[in-house]
Amino acid sequence: MADITPSLLALQLMTGIALGAVYALLALGLSLIFGMLTVVNFAHGAFFMVGAFLGVYFLGLTGSFWFSLLLTPLAVGAVGLVAERFLVRPLYGRGIDYPLLLTFGLSYVMIEAMRVAFGIEGVATSTPAELRGAVNLGFGFFPLYRLFLIGATAVVVLGLWLFIEKTRFGLIIRAGSRDPEIVRVLGIDISKVWLLVFGLGTAIAGLSGVLAAPTRAVNPEMGISVLAESFVVTVVGGMGSLPGAVVAGLLVGIVFSMTSLFAPDLAELSIFVLMALVLLIKPQGFFGKAGLMS
Amino acid sequence: MDISRTLNLIARHRVGAVIACLLVFPLVMPYEALAINILIFGLYAVGFNLLFGYTGMLSFGHAAFLGVGSYLCGIAIVSGGWPWWAAIAAGVAASAAVGVVIGYLAIRTRGIYFSMVTLALGQIVYYAFYKAERWTGGENGLRGIRVETIQLLGWQLNFVDPLTKYYVILAFVAAALWLVSRILNSPFGAVIEAIRENEKRTAACGYDVARAKLLVFVLSAAICGLAGALRALHLSIVPIDSLHYLQSGQAVMMCLLGGMGSFFGPFIGAAVFLYLEDVATSFTSHWMAVVGLIFMVFVLFFPRGIWGSLMHGLKRHGLGKEAAS
Repeated sequence: MADITPSLLALQLMTGIALGAVYALLALGLSLIFGMLTVVNFAHGAFFMVGAFLGVYFLGLTGSFWFSLLLTPLAVGAVGLVAERFLVRPLYGRGIDYPLLLTFGLSYVMIEAMRVAFGIEGVATSTPAELRGAVNLGFGFFPLYRLFLIGATAVVVLGLWLFIEKTRFGLIIRAGSRDPEIVRVLGIDISKVWLLVFGLGTAIAGLSGVLAAPTRAVNPEMGISVLAESFVVTVVGGMGSLPGAVVAGLLVGIVFSMTSLFAPDLAELSIFVLMALVLLIKPQGFFGKAGLMS
Repeated sequence: MDISRTLNLIARHRVGAVIACLLVFPLVMPYEALAINILIFGLYAVGFNLLFGYTGMLSFGHAAFLGVGSYLCGIAIVSGGWPWWAAIAAGVAASAAVGVVIGYLAIRTRGIYFSMVTLALGQIVYYAFYKAERWTGGENGLRGIRVETIQLLGWQLNFVDPLTKYYVILAFVAAALWLVSRILNSPFGAVIEAIRENEKRTAACGYDVARAKLLVFVLSAAICGLAGALRALHLSIVPIDSLHYLQSGQAVMMCLLGGMGSFFGPFIGAAVFLYLEDVATSFTSHWMAVVGLIFMVFVLFFPRGIWGSLMHGLKRHGLGKEAAS
């Protein structure tokens, strides 16, 4: 404990932000889908896991990390579109628990599908050649790839914000999450919007999978704990709130990384305890609308 | 109408009917260990059904209660040297205590948030037991829970013999089923079903909804804890996975498969689930895909489950009006 210096703390903070970036992306996808469809996607962790596998697969196929970064979200989003159209859509209007139960079953099938396709051991990953090495940040050397992770997340968040706030389609999304009935009356086919939002949310989950793949072990079970962690982020940030997802994602990442510096045994536990505290003090989360939760 | 009369008779004596089936059950099963497993998981699903099926609260954290019941029962025997009955009591009490804490936090939320929050709170228990290696054995689970003989009502019973073990466990399951049936028939049982149907109206009628929810949560936790304690005695080990949220998901699957909100559903669900698992794993290693697909088919096409769909079908033909409940 004696050798904890300000620069070590700063580096650990950066590590936490890089981890939090992945959490923020996961929670963004989850919140986007929830805010629009009031569906909690229990297969979100599985979409993340499929994204990690396909990322490694496309990297091997095309030899370019950038291609895989582009192709994977498209492929995972396509799976999401099929899942919404044929599995989730028949359940609208049949009670709020059913889509949740269905996606839970779907996650089992997706895990097994990846075991069949890539084996139960998982696949080896490495940092893409152009992003290896470390950068001097003034207080120490920080891995370039993790810096890229933070930057890429910032770009996605900014892009998503511009899309939702400044485009015509974004306007429909915002209106639809407030009152789908009125949007339908205005002559917009809301089921198409729901389809696309589900596809977009799962595509973001896939993207976070590719981005996270070089920093962790890629195996069929990797999404299982990630799902629980992204629930923590969503509850802390406030369900259905996009700024909440980003802020809470970063906070959870930082809490995890700081706890693993001071008390490594308690690292996994810390973020769940954080959620319990938030529930005690502010049950609707940081940015959630009061009353939405209760 | 003969079927109709039989069904109504079964519905009126539901505890007796389940126990009668369970008494002959090991004779039709391929081997006793599977029958014991079905007995224990049936009880686990019954405890879960009290919350999900009857009160309408979908918890994804019930593995915490199954696991805490198992671990505390096991720790009492391994580290404390307690007699088996005191160890079971310790397991149930610990599960109920954890139920009070998780319940208090979780009932501040509703609907799908409740599912997410119970899942996450359950994971706290998982990680806490995972890290407390000194007591729980950590990743390897708790080992060495040896109970070879059991004294029950003056008899000396050989607990190693699988059939004897089955009937000892059945005695506890029968007591728990009687309790659940009693709860459901009481005014409190009517209140929790009212909460499922319309929470606001129940509150407006003057019932303390928050207190009723917490109470049913703790009762459900205690029953799942009993299932866990019995499982520890049966397996003589406690795997760490019994605390994981996938184990909670198993309760959800069994309950929905059999028919949620029905008295017989959870046992039918547990029996079908575990029997299928036993058969399927002998010729495919992709059991997870099979169970996922079956579950999705039920969610999409048979949300009432096996028992519920059967009763619904019979009712449409004017049979067994009472039996559906």
